[in-house]
Amino acid sequence: MELHKQIITSNQQIAPNTYILSFKRDFIFAPGQWIAISLHLNDTPRLYSIASGISNDEIMILFDIKAGGELTPNMATLKKGDEIFISNPQGSFFGKSGKGWWIATGTGIAPFKAMLDSGLGKDKKLLHGGRTLDSFYFENQFSEALGENYIRCCTREKGDNVFEGRITEYLKKQNQLPPDEKYYLCGSSEMVVETRDILVDKGVPYENIKAEIYF
Amino acid sequence: MLKEKLFGKNPDEIKSIVNELGMPAFTAKQILDWLYKKDINTIDEMSNISAINRALLNEKYEFGIDLPIKHQESKDGTKKYLYPAANERFIEAAYIPDESRNTLCISTQVGCKMGCLFCMTGKQGFQQQLTAGEIVNQIRSLPERHQITNIVYMGMGEPFDNLTELMKSQEILTSEWGFAMSPRRITVSSIGIIPAMITFLEESQCHLAISMHSPFDEERNKLMPIQHVYAINDVIKTLKEYNWHGQRRISFEYIMFKGINDTEQHVKELARLLNGMICRVNLIKYHAIPNTPLEGSDRETMYKFRDSLTAKGIFCSIRQSRGEDIFAACGLLSTKELVKKN
Repeated sequence: MELHKQIITSNQQIAPNTYILSFKRDFIFAPGQWIAISLHLNDTPRLYSIASGISNDEIMILFDIKAGGELTPNMATLKKGDEIFISNPQGSFFGKSGKGWWIATGTGIAPFKAMLDSGLGKDKKLLHGGRTLDSFYFENQFSEALGENYIRCCTREKGDNVFEGRITEYLKKQNQLPPDEKYYLCGSSEMVVETRDILVDKGVPYENIKAEIYF
Repeated sequence: MLKEKLFGKNPDEIKSIVNELGMPAFTAKQILDWLYKKDINTIDEMSNISAINRALLNEKYEFGIDLPIKHQESKDGTKKYLYPAANERFIEAAYIPDESRNTLCISTQVGCKMGCLFCMTGKQGFQQQLTAGEIVNQIRSLPERHQITNIVYMGMGEPFDNLTELMKSQEILTSEWGFAMSPRRITVSSIGIIPAMITFLEESQCHLAISMHSPFDEERNKLMPIQHVYAINDVIKTLKEYNWHGQRRISFEYIMFKGINDTEQHVKELARLLNGMICRVNLIKYHAIPNTPLEGSDRETMYKFRDSLTAKGIFCSIRQSRGEDIFAACGLLSTKELVKKN
């Protein structure tokens, strides 16, 4: 995989162990695509979904520090002016206009932020799962854009207008899910597999389920 | 105190232990022989190592073999073994005896991150990586280990998502100091994580099998989420850059799903994609698993598909279904054991 140099413009901590890394955009991409990132040319790069819109001047990457990870603890120390190495944008987890559901846990929200910022938020319902109230990244933007269609599901803390429990529990409680809408899933394999099973069980054809797994 | 396992370590690691414990340098070779060439299960059985040095080893290390805790046997002779892994997890290995070969199918992870729609292992989610020792232990601790002729990495998990331990396990299997198996008797099956696949192609001589299951992007996306990241077109483009004219083989696994990927259009697209490659396509009958909206194609459709693909110049065969009565290939045994444990 070919990598090229980029200069960091900011690295902002937005929650405990969670950061938004930014650098100047000098390429075209489709919302939902990822780039590979490494700190040195010879390191094995890791893949991150782009979390900014297609017309934004900067590319934003949402990441959290993985305990024992080789890359993210060092990424967290990056500051303005430091260099990283990135690949061209790749992947086909493309967003589309029209009615649909965005379902994510944790930093799996990133591709949906790119879709929102690229004008694909109309008629979308977003389910975001997190352990704590501070893990609903970009909640102001999503709340403003999606209103009641922005649903936060929190497993460890209680909050105003926040569903207590996992997103899978929220989905199980729904009497009906529109079978002809598209369902976009992004997060861990556990979340994707369990959510997909629930959707299929509730009558959503698997052809309408699109998933991106963070591995 | 939890002791570290010696089994699964390579010569450099054993030399380092020998050095650390102040043993003579030649002890490293002796330990390696006991680990990989002989049939013992404890450090105390290493009879050419002095009692003092065995006691030193025993203080911090254990031999590191884990015997299977359960097995099921199919009426066709296939046996599925359940092995313990770290943190009270379980993995499966399937022993498939045949007239001309006896194949062992081994696992590389507990669970899997890839979330393929048709896979029972994926329903467990990802639990943990296996170490090289845990991977090779599935071979070493098999009651039929001396009858094994072929190894396939097609059990639980995605091998290329555990590349370091995969490569280390292959080093143990194929090195002269290890099991000294021919790499031509070992096949790694993957969904095609391209960067890891390139490392494997360059640093291993073992065969490769790619899980394709559909030649069409949109369709494969829905069956296998990895397609969004590493598209099958890119996997094949990468594979075409390597020389497959020698003894090393590349094959494509193709599970046939009724009314989904078993049409003449699929034959045409497969033939187009694989044009110019020396490869084989293995058609596999799908055995439905709980809560999955897929059915297997019928035999007649599979024969027709095979014949059409063969007529287009692609070597194609239908893999004989083995161990159906014990769900030999689907991760059900370990899933049940995990549920029981929880």
